[in-house]
Amino acid sequence: MSNIDHSDHWLVRPKTIRLLWIALYAVLALTVLAQLFIPVKGYFGIDGWLGFGALFGFGSCVAMVFAAKALGWILKRDEQYYDD
Amino acid sequence: MIDFLPPALLPLLAAVLIAATRSDIARAGIMSAASLGTMWLIWQLPDGIAATAGFLGYTLEIVEGSAVRRLFGTIFALMMLVGGLFAYKLASRVELAAAFAYGAGAIGVAFAGDLLTLFVFWEIMAIFSTIVVWCGATAQSRQAGIRYAIMHIFGGVVLMVGIVGIAFETGSIDIRAFRADSFATWMIFIGVLVNTAAPPLSAWLADAYPEASPTGTVFLSAFTTKAAVLTLILLFPGEPILIFVGLYMVFYGIIYALLENDARRILAYSIVNQVGFMVCAVGIGTELAINGAAAHAFAHIIYKALLLMSAGVVLYRTGMRKCTDLGGLFRTMPLTCLFCIIGALSISSFPLTSGFTTKALISEAAVKESLALVYFLLLAASAGVFLHAGIKFPWFVFFQKDSGLRPKDAPWNMSLAMAIFAGLCLFLGVYPQAIYEYLPYPVSYEAYKPDKLVLYLQLLLFSGLAFFLLLPAMKRTLTISLDTDWIWRRLLYRVSESGGNGLSSGIQSLTGWVMAQLEALRIRCLVYWGIEGTFSRAWPIGTTALWIAVLLSTYVLLYYVLA
Repeated sequence: MSNIDHSDHWLVRPKTIRLLWIALYAVLALTVLAQLFIPVKGYFGIDGWLGFGALFGFGSCVAMVFAAKALGWILKRDEQYYDD
Repeated sequence: MIDFLPPALLPLLAAVLIAATRSDIARAGIMSAASLGTMWLIWQLPDGIAATAGFLGYTLEIVEGSAVRRLFGTIFALMMLVGGLFAYKLASRVELAAAFAYGAGAIGVAFAGDLLTLFVFWEIMAIFSTIVVWCGATAQSRQAGIRYAIMHIFGGVVLMVGIVGIAFETGSIDIRAFRADSFATWMIFIGVLVNTAAPPLSAWLADAYPEASPTGTVFLSAFTTKAAVLTLILLFPGEPILIFVGLYMVFYGIIYALLENDARRILAYSIVNQVGFMVCAVGIGTELAINGAAAHAFAHIIYKALLLMSAGVVLYRTGMRKCTDLGGLFRTMPLTCLFCIIGALSISSFPLTSGFTTKALISEAAVKESLALVYFLLLAASAGVFLHAGIKFPWFVFFQKDSGLRPKDAPWNMSLAMAIFAGLCLFLGVYPQAIYEYLPYPVSYEAYKPDKLVLYLQLLLFSGLAFFLLLPAMKRTLTISLDTDWIWRRLLYRVSESGGNGLSSGIQSLTGWVMAQLEALRIRCLVYWGIEGTFSRAWPIGTTALWIAVLLSTYVLLYYVLA
């Protein structure tokens, strides 16, 4: 196998990465579909809905990343900020 | 009377021997023997008070045993053993000796039966952890160490004020459950919270720990915050304020870790995040919640040390600690990468790891108390942990892009240390009974139920999806993030600097006034005690004799009247 670009390791070849994405989507779908066979009772009602964990996990991560980005505008400073 | 040798004595003795030993093999031997001996002592320790001593009219209960104390003592001793294995070749003699004295402080706190003993070991921790920070041996570590020391001296003083208040109010310095409802108990509460990196003083942790050496940070991550969690369990179980403090810490850690570029600082912020879970559990305060806090502290020490060991190996092999400089290291450091991933999955409470079986106790406790908001916030935070520590850390260090770096994998002793901790992460995940059995209260909790597995797999895997979809939004920048320490590192500094001229003239006029007052005092003294002053003049003998006669006759008269 001769790869001219930096895809030296089999793990970082575009083909592998595409396969990994497909596998990830398949596993994600499986975890939601599994709920059809293993009913999640939930403790507070809403957490028993189909795909609650998926939506809640995804949603809170998006919220946290953007909250961090917004705070970053105020809080981020150059690395040498305290040095001078 | 001493029925039982205090377990903290062994590592203290070891610290002296380590400092005096020149061969690193001999040092490794001393460290192993001391840690194993300490562990043995801890497991011989019966419940209740085992050693007392008198001090200023108080009875010091130097050693007191209980299930939760033994659990924390065990993990501290284990940390010294495996940390010693990881560090013995690379770390300096001073660092290893300081680390063991520091560990002795943590073990002393774990078994302290009264507040004064607790305070003494608390300060031992503060002193020797500062030395560990200084062993980073850079200008930054020196400065960060000074800021760290000031913060912990401040915390120690506040704690001491509280202890004196309690001793004065109640006459007892026993360690028992308090409520933060009086000045003295508030002072103790605040003093302990300083060491958990609670707001508004969370900044010290991420400021100081990443400046220590690759090996020093591993020790630092284990002792101070977790000894403070144990102290909260002993002194303030069920204090409701702790729920809010804990929740704040959980999200503070996530947000700051997301903004951070320094790989080891990401992990430092995630310590605050994880300790937040424990503090929140202590605030809930039920038997299940206390079990959760203790179990999670135990598991956390293992996987956080594991993660910092992998980051330490990377720093040691490449000299780099910024995400922007690193990447693609999985090619030549497969073992370190594998151990790092196991640690990262554990901290994210992935099924089959120790994080899953221990953190679940805390969520369960929130459910049992019908704290819906707390439950959902902790669930969101679990997703956030996977985001900032579970994926972000290994991704940016070992994958991401090809940085061109081709470092060697870890030396054998570092690999072995990581393998032991990685094995424990998986063991406690697969066989949680091993830790449930030793928790302070009986556990009737089943970690693996199918519906919980489905919920957590959805939660975590979709967080992973969010990470990779949002990667462009998380591009690392060469920045630091401001925290409350800006107030004293910048604002107060600038005020004192710009006000410098006014201040120095103020000081001059003040000293001028003081000198003038002193001069006036001197002149007045001369009037009375000078050569010709009232009290120093030479009196004729006759005058003196007359005065003596007056005094004696007054005395005789009084004697006659009163007798």
